[in-house]
Amino acid sequence: MALRAAAGVSLAYILLPMLFVIWLAFFAQEIPSFPPEGYSLKWFRAIPGNDRFVTGFLLSLQVAVVSTSIGLAIGVPAAVCLVRGRFTGREAVNNLLLLPLIVPGIVLGIALYVFHVETEIATGWPILGSLGGLVAGHVLIAIPWTVRLITASLVGMDRAVEEAAQSLGADRLITFRRITLPAILPGIVAASLFGFIASFGNLEMSLFLVGPGRTTLPIAILQYLEWKIDPTIAAVSVLQILFIGGAMLLTDRFVNIGRVV
Amino acid sequence: MARLQLTGITKRYGDFKATDDVSLDIADGEFLVLLGPSGCGKTTTLRIIAGFIEPTSGRVLLDERDITALPPWKRNAGLVFQSYALFPHMTVAENIAFGLEMRKMPKADMAPKITEALRLVRLDHLSDRLPRQLSGGQQQRVALARALVFRPDVLLLDEPLSNLDAKLRQDVRVEIRELQRKLGLTTVMVTHDQEEALTMADRLVVMSEGRIRQIGSQQDLYERPAEKFVADFVGRSTFIGGRMDGPGRFVSVGGLVVACEGTGSGSASLALRPERLALTSAAAPAMDNSFPGAVEFISYLGSQVDLHVRLSPLERVIVQIQNRPEQPLPVIGEQVHIGWSKSTGRVFQA
Repeated sequence: MALRAAAGVSLAYILLPMLFVIWLAFFAQEIPSFPPEGYSLKWFRAIPGNDRFVTGFLLSLQVAVVSTSIGLAIGVPAAVCLVRGRFTGREAVNNLLLLPLIVPGIVLGIALYVFHVETEIATGWPILGSLGGLVAGHVLIAIPWTVRLITASLVGMDRAVEEAAQSLGADRLITFRRITLPAILPGIVAASLFGFIASFGNLEMSLFLVGPGRTTLPIAILQYLEWKIDPTIAAVSVLQILFIGGAMLLTDRFVNIGRVV
Repeated sequence: MARLQLTGITKRYGDFKATDDVSLDIADGEFLVLLGPSGCGKTTTLRIIAGFIEPTSGRVLLDERDITALPPWKRNAGLVFQSYALFPHMTVAENIAFGLEMRKMPKADMAPKITEALRLVRLDHLSDRLPRQLSGGQQQRVALARALVFRPDVLLLDEPLSNLDAKLRQDVRVEIRELQRKLGLTTVMVTHDQEEALTMADRLVVMSEGRIRQIGSQQDLYERPAEKFVADFVGRSTFIGGRMDGPGRFVSVGGLVVACEGTGSGSASLALRPERLALTSAAAPAMDNSFPGAVEFISYLGSQVDLHVRLSPLERVIVQIQNRPEQPLPVIGEQVHIGWSKSTGRVFQA
């Protein structure tokens, strides 16, 4: 009973801010105050007309998709090596790949910013504020998720299944494609989802990496907030919650995320 | 179907030898069982035959062809794992088809082979099920069908029955053995279960600490164990410590003078099979050995009864007697006589 109560309080603590934001998005008045003077959908209607939000959303989407894909391309082989391989420094490599999750976003952002500046000075390549630079940073955020989740599903896999395939005549590549990959697919899907969410919602690091006219959605929201506090922000947040929630539900239809994470 | 030979197989991990100079010659169609406690090197030996472990030294020959360096996928060995290791995302039929697919067999030729393999293990009605929809025994048979369908040169069984319940295990033992005989497959099975080994094998190999202790038939191992370890591991033995005091004369630590067939001298131990000892109510001078003793413990096993009898302050033996209505069972504390012929006790020099 006490356990249920504790769970209920925790759940409320997690959900309350979100519910509050959703409520706020439907307020009629411009300055949020209680009780609301009425309800309206006008803030939602205003979003498509706001260029910064639209381009911000598209850029965030683009960056998240590309960096998650690159993160997978690095994370899957890395996880396979970490789980199956027996080499010195394995633990060190594992920790290194999880590091971006531990380093605060601001620190990561500043470090990458300085690195980009120095590299641009040294090579003359236009890295600072470029799309490539931004994506490279987001790849860093996606990697810990892909490595962690795919490692977990590889560890949970019966090694004998792969050996059975090999004894039946499948070489290492065929075994990976036909046996290992389908077995860790739920892990890969979950890894994509979490990599995507981490990238899509990232603010602190992106602040240092975006260039003029190139704004991600979280930054667009922050910039809007500097001048106005009307419920537009709440409306945008509601759309963002719906978007990510939808992605999670969709993923959950294919794989049981709860079983992987 | 082939002859399989291992010559001087040693596998080192640092200073540890997982197998130490293992040599085997397995005839075409023979069912060989590697028997031993866990960590004795039997599984390592099987994995070397399968190609998952490369030996530090020694060679594996299949029909006189050296396959030591071949990867598992080029060996044409059918393998059945303890965990069955079925492909969870494939149906029973797809699991069985995998080996044929890898051999680039056209789809049309595959179908009858799969049907035949399924019929062989009596699962023709379950071809569209997924492994998780099958019972343990059914999964085990799918694994067997999968390993047989492509006509492997050798069949390798890694503790294939240990995940089945006791009753089912007895049936599957017979089933596997009959199938193996019908197909004439050269087979190597690994097990730690001596009863399983004794019922299934043509020939047994007892291993411990990476070394082969004895190779032979059931009778060889049971009647003529080559060393104390084998006498202890195969069947049951009671060991009495002591020394050889001249030919045919063993003196135990507790002072029993036993007539035996051993020669040599020095410290030794005498192994006695519980079912070879006779229980007599009075001293039996006709027997080579007859000692009085007190019954200290009784295990009632239904058809048989084990009596633990103290022969001297330092020696207690187990006597197994048949449970017959005409013969009343002794009670704890009762004085009895235990006798055996001199050919019963086996002497192992320490």
